Amino acid sequence: MKRFRAGLSGYLFIAPLFSGLLLLYVYAFVQNIFYGFNDVGVFGERTFVGLENYSELFQDPIFIRSLINTFFYAGLGVPLVVVISVCLAWLLNQKIKGQALYRTAVFIPAITLPAAIGLLWRWLYNSQYGLINFLISKLGFEPKAWISDPDIVRWSILIVLVWSSVSYMVIILLAGLQRISSVYYDAAQIDGANTRQIFFKITLPLLSPTIFFVAIVSMIGFLQVFDVIFLMIRDGSVAYQYASSLVTYFYEAAFAQNLRGYGAAISVISLILIFAITFMQFRLQKRWVHYD
Amino acid sequence: MTIIRRYWIHVVLILASITFVGPFIWMFLTSLKTYEETIQVPIVWLPEQIQWVNYQIVNEKFPFLTLYFNTVAVVLATVVLQLLIASLAAFAFARLQFPGKNALFIIMLSLLMVPGQIFLIPQFQIIGVRFNLIDTLTALVVPNVFSVFGVFLLRQFFAAIPQELEDAAKIDGCSSLRIYWQIMMPLVTPGLVALGILTMISSWKELLWPLIVNQSIDKMPLSAGLANLIGEHTTYHEQVMAGAVISVLPMIIIFAFFQRKFVESIAQTGIKG
Repeated sequence: MKRFRAGLSGYLFIAPLFSGLLLLYVYAFVQNIFYGFNDVGVFGERTFVGLENYSELFQDPIFIRSLINTFFYAGLGVPLVVVISVCLAWLLNQKIKGQALYRTAVFIPAITLPAAIGLLWRWLYNSQYGLINFLISKLGFEPKAWISDPDIVRWSILIVLVWSSVSYMVIILLAGLQRISSVYYDAAQIDGANTRQIFFKITLPLLSPTIFFVAIVSMIGFLQVFDVIFLMIRDGSVAYQYASSLVTYFYEAAFAQNLRGYGAAISVISLILIFAITFMQFRLQKRWVHYD
Repeated sequence: MTIIRRYWIHVVLILASITFVGPFIWMFLTSLKTYEETIQVPIVWLPEQIQWVNYQIVNEKFPFLTLYFNTVAVVLATVVLQLLIASLAAFAFARLQFPGKNALFIIMLSLLMVPGQIFLIPQFQIIGVRFNLIDTLTALVVPNVFSVFGVFLLRQFFAAIPQELEDAAKIDGCSSLRIYWQIMMPLVTPGLVALGILTMISSWKELLWPLIVNQSIDKMPLSAGLANLIGEHTTYHEQVMAGAVISVLPMIIIFAFFQRKFVESIAQTGIKG
């Protein structure tokens, strides 16, 4: 009791946060797991159906496709984002003229509304009048139906996703690069190391905690992609279901079609997926991440 | 050797800059054309006569002013409330002792790992149905003021304040609340600014929750409102692009002024602690 009273002010300080967390997150979490085993109506009325939602999910071709697509986006997107943003951050960290201008240019997509990015790329991808088809036909390639051809649409989305997340990740990596003490570089230069050796033997290992962080954050982001797919192709494109991700399908099931229980089951599968992949990343990090 | 290297760095960076900014320039150019010019093949790069009127048309068709007002109101309320709630808790976790502290901390840590859509259906039931907040700006604010990430970020700043300062204040008879508000809050300002900017960016970009909880356009933020613009008026490319410009320009201007602060804040997320 005495201990509790001594802690009373501590509880008061966290009370506002935890009242919200407990209701809107902890309770919601439990509720959502519960919903997954029920048919849930629009007003929250429930009938228990056991594992039916889950067994239906794995026979649902659009869900399977959403699952595969999500692996496609994350599996290709994360390595691309990591490699491109590390290279770009390294270049932007060189002392050259116009550095500030280059940086501003690269950072702009990071602060742009996803909705505007969707509108913009939809127009760039326009099969008749779009800039991209114009440019590639100048280069001698066939114009493509970027957002309506089921075989291409996932690639078109991948490009936009990588484009917008590289911009954000470069900012984080650049800060990581600036925290590397110049002592290491000076020592390497005295020992006569060349640029490539410095990059691979010094910069990369010392940057590896930040790279790991970027890999985790972009993996979680890619496993939850929604905005770009929703905004670029939902309306008026038959390719929507070919581009579907776990979160877009979650939205369609739970809110467009009001299948709340089914939607809850989809979100539980995403949770398990994200946990498993994040866990694996943490296991693997011991092999390549160096903390000083 | 170095000159050649430098030359290559410039070439790569110019290409990268074009890749990142080029689409925006194209967006702006399109917004100044006539419809006939937007569908001309091969492409015309510049409008013959600048069509500012597109902005007027799209502004009449689409309630940008309301959407902006909603966005600013929601972002401001979210930032202020989140900073307050998160800093109170961060102070407690960094500076106070209470039973069960570690257990509560672990609950928070595990919430940080859970993907957001897990909570959405129940949150819709609680906020939308139970509290009857469907189609209100309040509904857009509520779930985002409780930020576990914010507590983690601010906790490092509170923890970095030297113990002597706190001890001196206690000897002078300061209560915990005064230590928090008058002594520590000014010292953690950089953390508050960083969290404020990050919250602003994420609240400004948020799409899924507003789409779910608000249906009428006059209660939507810009992000969800634009999604409607896509649905309804896609025929006139120049008008859609004018709408896109209206929705990105203010943030780009703010960014141009506070670039350093933005960059520092985003960089904060990458510091482990």
